[in-house]
Amino acid sequence: MNVPAAIAIGCSAGGVDALMTLLGGLHVRLPQPVLVCCHRSDTMDILSDVLGRASALPVRDAIEREPVQRSVVYLAPAGYHLLVERDLQFALSADARVNYARPSIDVLFYSAAEAWRQALVGVILTGANADGAAGLRRIRQLGGIAVVQSPADAEATAMPQAALDTAGADYCLPLTEIAPLLNQLCLI
Amino acid sequence: MDVSELESIEMDLLVQAMQKRHGYDFSQYAPASLKRRAHLLANQLECKSLTGLTERMLHEPELLSRLLEGLTVPMSDMFRDPAMFRALRDQVFPLLASYPHINIWQAGCAHGQEVYSLAILLEEAGLYERTQIFATDLSDRALQRASDGIYPAQEAQQWSRNYQAAGGKRSLADYCSAGYKLLKLNQRLRRNVTFAVHNLATDGVFCEAHLILCRNVLIYFSNSLQNRALSLFRDSLVRAGFLCLGVRENMDLSPVAQAFVPFIDPERIYRLASHLDDLVE
Repeated sequence: MNVPAAIAIGCSAGGVDALMTLLGGLHVRLPQPVLVCCHRSDTMDILSDVLGRASALPVRDAIEREPVQRSVVYLAPAGYHLLVERDLQFALSADARVNYARPSIDVLFYSAAEAWRQALVGVILTGANADGAAGLRRIRQLGGIAVVQSPADAEATAMPQAALDTAGADYCLPLTEIAPLLNQLCLI
Repeated sequence: MDVSELESIEMDLLVQAMQKRHGYDFSQYAPASLKRRAHLLANQLECKSLTGLTERMLHEPELLSRLLEGLTVPMSDMFRDPAMFRALRDQVFPLLASYPHINIWQAGCAHGQEVYSLAILLEEAGLYERTQIFATDLSDRALQRASDGIYPAQEAQQWSRNYQAAGGKRSLADYCSAGYKLLKLNQRLRRNVTFAVHNLATDGVFCEAHLILCRNVLIYFSNSLQNRALSLFRDSLVRAGFLCLGVRENMDLSPVAQAFVPFIDPERIYRLASHLDDLVE
């Protein structure tokens, strides 16, 4: 199997703790970019600091028009949808909320799926609504890999359950096993 | 060929149809967002596919206003990014106050929430009577809504909090009448507002502005179209005039950006560099 070129992660309620565990488990030499959409209030600007302390990889809010770089964890900024263009540059959108959320996981996943196609790994973690399910389906439809946190293991079950119901998954695992899986899939 | 490749062809044809049928060129819009909006529009108009939308675009000219609104108009809130409005009030308005007459251009005003936000702050600063606001958008439907000033009441609480955080002196309720589901901004607030159609992709300078606000509009443009719009702003501003962009916008890739110097950096408020400063640099 080809090595993936990028990882996209979506989460909501309980997501910050889950991300600290997951990002903390990623290998420091992971070559892929990691794109994260975590639902948060429009004013929560400190997420990159919080997650940066837990992660061996640098964590930043994505900046529009900047090229996606390897070995960096990018966050969708508060109050904007994050998209990836096909030329692998970031774009932001202030369009209406999708699934009550901005940033929306579906918006990120749809654009990332088109940008990386079969070379994308999509990950859905804990969350209390169905955002990300349609996006994960799109990732699989275009040949990418879908990873979903086991609903029984998630702080909020609705999001991983919706993802399983809508998209299915190539891997459905407890949180602590997801980073080791990503390392295994992604390290060359 | 998979669904994504098929949709790429459909998007190309849609953009071509919009250009050839109606004369609007969307080829310089950021593709990922444009595609999203086209899908939404296709759903709203009950088209089965993007090609279905293209067919209606070609054969139903009366849809043009609807298409323009759907393909271009972002959401906005009143006093979105309150810190930016507070910075305007506290640090830019005192400088504008030295002019006997103030022109403000709100470029890409969408449904007008920021126009009213601005009018309220100008009113409270005692500057509104000598201010002319030009609120422009390429969508005539958006301009009509902006002029109506009627919004879903569900936003009112958030907007009220934003208004207070922006340094508002009264209560937002003083400026609007609320019904069960809608709120309507006091129409006195638009007495010095001129709403006009203007396309940042094709139209030119039309006023001499002391302050230009264009927030979260250029994020939908390619680098070259962003640069065109910034040139237009440079050429429209008075000496040392002010420009406000959205707080997450990045103009580092635009050659014209050198014409602007940060005035209040985190709020993305810029000032037109004077020629002397240019020489020094």
